[in-house]
Amino acid sequence: MDWTLIFSRAVEAGIGSEAIIYALAAIGLNVQFGYTGLLNFGQAGFLAIGAYAIAVTVATFGLPFFLGVGIGLLMAVVMALLLGIPTLRLRADYLAIVTIAAAEIVRLVVRSVALSDTFGGTDGLQAFSGAFYDLNPYPPGEYGIPPIIGFDNRSMWVLTVGWSLVAIASFILFMAMKSPWGRVLKAIREDEDAVRSLGKNVFSYKMQALVIGGVIGSMGGFIFALSRSAVQPDLFSTDLTFYAYTVLILGGAARILGPIVGSMLFWLLLIFIGTGMEEAVNTGAITFITVNQVGAIRLMLVGLGLMLLLIYRPQGIFGDKREISIDAR
Amino acid sequence: MRRAVIAFTAFMGGLIFVFLAGASTAWAAEGEEVRGTLRIQGQPVAGVKITVATDADAPVGEATTGADGAWKVAVDKAGSYKVTLDQATLPAGKALRDPDRGTLTVQVFEGNARNVLFGLVDANAPPQGQQGDGGGGSSYWTRVAQLVFEGLNLGLIIALGAVGLSLIFGTTGLTNFAHGELLTIGAFLAFFFNTVLGLHLLIAAPIALVLAAGLGWGQDRFFWGQLRRRKTGLISMMIISIGLALFLRALLLFLFGGGGESYQQYVAQAGIQIGPIAATPKSLIAMGIEIVVLIAVGLALTYTRLGKATRAVADNPALASSSGINVDRVIRLVWASGTCIAALAGILLGTTQNLNFQMGQQVLLLMFAGVTLGGLGTAFGALVGSLVVGMFVQVSTLWIPPEMKTIGALVVLIIVLMVRPQGILGRRERIG
Repeated sequence: MDWTLIFSRAVEAGIGSEAIIYALAAIGLNVQFGYTGLLNFGQAGFLAIGAYAIAVTVATFGLPFFLGVGIGLLMAVVMALLLGIPTLRLRADYLAIVTIAAAEIVRLVVRSVALSDTFGGTDGLQAFSGAFYDLNPYPPGEYGIPPIIGFDNRSMWVLTVGWSLVAIASFILFMAMKSPWGRVLKAIREDEDAVRSLGKNVFSYKMQALVIGGVIGSMGGFIFALSRSAVQPDLFSTDLTFYAYTVLILGGAARILGPIVGSMLFWLLLIFIGTGMEEAVNTGAITFITVNQVGAIRLMLVGLGLMLLLIYRPQGIFGDKREISIDAR
Repeated sequence: MRRAVIAFTAFMGGLIFVFLAGASTAWAAEGEEVRGTLRIQGQPVAGVKITVATDADAPVGEATTGADGAWKVAVDKAGSYKVTLDQATLPAGKALRDPDRGTLTVQVFEGNARNVLFGLVDANAPPQGQQGDGGGGSSYWTRVAQLVFEGLNLGLIIALGAVGLSLIFGTTGLTNFAHGELLTIGAFLAFFFNTVLGLHLLIAAPIALVLAAGLGWGQDRFFWGQLRRRKTGLISMMIISIGLALFLRALLLFLFGGGGESYQQYVAQAGIQIGPIAATPKSLIAMGIEIVVLIAVGLALTYTRLGKATRAVADNPALASSSGINVDRVIRLVWASGTCIAALAGILLGTTQNLNFQMGQQVLLLMFAGVTLGGLGTAFGALVGSLVVGMFVQVSTLWIPPEMKTIGALVVLIIVLMVRPQGILGRRERIG
C-alpha cells in the first residue's frame, strides 16, 4: 500500500478543483436552502449553464472569453426567474420537482444531436479555455509541498481564481446575512406568513435568494469548465446536485463556512477511501472486489452518509439544529 | 431509532450478502477472451456465426450467438486478433451498419476479456432522418397510430410506478425520490432468479414480486416508519430518500455492473401487425397485465374496506386515526403494495429494454410528471396523468427529435404547475 500516494491524492482533492466546484455549488444552495428554505434540486442545471455559456461563446461562436462569463451570469439569472415565477408560490416539494426537471431539460438540450452544432452533443465542447490560461501569472513548473501536494502551473491558476471566487462569495454572503435583508431571508425560512404579515414581499425575497444562489452555482460551472478545458453534458446530471446537498449538510447549512469545509472534507474523504480501496485491491489486500466496484462502493458511501447525516446530525459540523429547515410547512 | 438503523443496516447487509453469491460469478473473468453481445435496437440477435483468428490468419475458434445475443471465444494469450462476423448467418432483414466492417482487428490484453461490438441495422427500415417529415396521407396516420400505441405502452408502465408513488405521498406526505430504484430492484430481483438461478421468467417474476412486497413492507417497518415515529421532518425525509436512492443505485451497480442485461426469455420476438400498428406479442401481454393490475388497484381502492381506509388516511390521517383506522397498518400496506406494483413495472420494462442500474431513475421524472399532472396524492389522478404523459412523450416525436421527447413532458410538467398546480384531478387545498 502506497500511503504517500493515498494521502497526496486525498489532500489534493480536498483543496483541488472538485472541492472548489462543489463549494460554490453548495454556497449557492446555502443561500437557497440553508438561509431561505427553498429546495432547489436543480443546481446542476445552473452549473451546466455557467460551463456551457463559456464553452459555447468561445468554442462555437468564437467570441471573447469575458463575454462568455457575462452571458453565463445573465443566463443563470434568467433561468432562476423562469423557475421561480411558476413555483415560488407553491409548496416546497413542488419547487423541488420543477427544479430537478428544469436541470434535466438543460442537460437533455445540450446533449441532443439536433443541437450538436452548437453544444457538441454528448461529446461536449473543448478548446475554449485558451484566453483564461493566457492570463496565468504562474510560470511553468511544479508548485506545492512535496511529496504530498503538487500542482502544475495551470492547476495553480485555476485554484487561485476558484478559491478567490469562494472567498468573495462567502464574504459578500457573510455581510449580507448580517444585514436586515439577510434577517428577512432567515425569517422566511422560519415562518413565511409572519414575514408577510409584517408587510414584506416574500415572493420577491425568495426570488432574490433563488437568483443569487443560481449565479453562485453558475460560477461553479465556470470553474468546472475551465479546470477541465472541456464540458460534457452528462457531468451535469442530478447526482451533482445531490452531492452538493451532501456537501452542504455535511458542513452545516445556514453557516458561511459550512459549504467550504463540507466540500473540502467530502472530497478528502471520498478520494481517501476510493484511492485506499483501489490500492488495497491492486496490492491484493482486498480480494473479493474488483477495481471497477470500488467506484460503486464510493457512491454507496455518499448515499449512506447523506442518510445517516440527516437522521443523526442534520446540522452537520457547524450548524444549529434549530436553524435547519427540514420540516415542511 | 438506533434499533431501526441497526435493523436497516442488517437488512441492507443481508441484501448484499444474498446477491454477492450470484454476482461474483458474473465478475469472474480469468484468462483472455474475445466476447460481445449482438444487438439491434436493444434486441439480441441469435444464431450468428463469429470466427476469431490470429493476426497471421491462423484460426483460433468460433462461436454462435446465443438467445441473449452473447458470444465469446477464449484465446490462449494476449495479442492482436481478427474477429469476423459471418454476414451470411445474419437473420433476414438484419445487416451490418457498415458492410465493410465485417472483420475487426482487436487487441486483447493480459488477463482481460475484450468486448467487440458489431453495429447492426434493420436492412428494411429507411435510414434515420427520412421519417417524419410529415408527408401526409396514410403513412402519417399509420405513424400517429403507432406512436399512440407506444405512448399507451409507456404510459401504463409509468402509471404502475406512479400509483405507488402517489399513494405513498398521499398517506405519509413523503415525496419518495427512491421510487425509481424500486422499479430497478424489482427488475433485477427477477433477473437474479431468471438468469443466475435459471428459473423461467414466468416463475422468477412472481417470486420477485413477493420479495418486492416484502421489501416494501420491511422498508416501512424498519426505516420510514421509525423515522416517522421519530417525527423526522418531511423535507428531511425527502432528502433521506435521495440518499437512499443514491445508495440503492450504487448497490445495484456494485452487484450487477454498469452494462445492460436482459432476461433469458421473451427477449427477441417477431412483431405482428394489427391494422396500422406493429407490436410484439409480449408488449400486448404486458399491456394486458398492466391494465388488469391498474383496474384491480382502482377497484380495491374504491370498494374494499382497506381501500377506503387508504383513501381516508390519504385525506386526513388524524381524522382517520380517530375514527378507528390503524394508520400505521394502512401505510405499511401501501408501501408493500406500492413497491410490489413498482417492481412489476420494472420487470415489464425489463422485457422491452435492457436492464441497467439506472432504468428506474430514468423514468422517475416521468412518474413525477404523471403524478403532478394528475394531482399529488390522488391514485386516480396519477393514473390519468401518467397515461397523458406517456402518450405525450411518444406522440411528440412527430414534431421533435426522439432524443428530446422527455423534454416535452418536463416542459408540460412546469406549465401545468403554472396554470393548474393542483393537477387535473387534485383539489385546490392540497397545494397549501
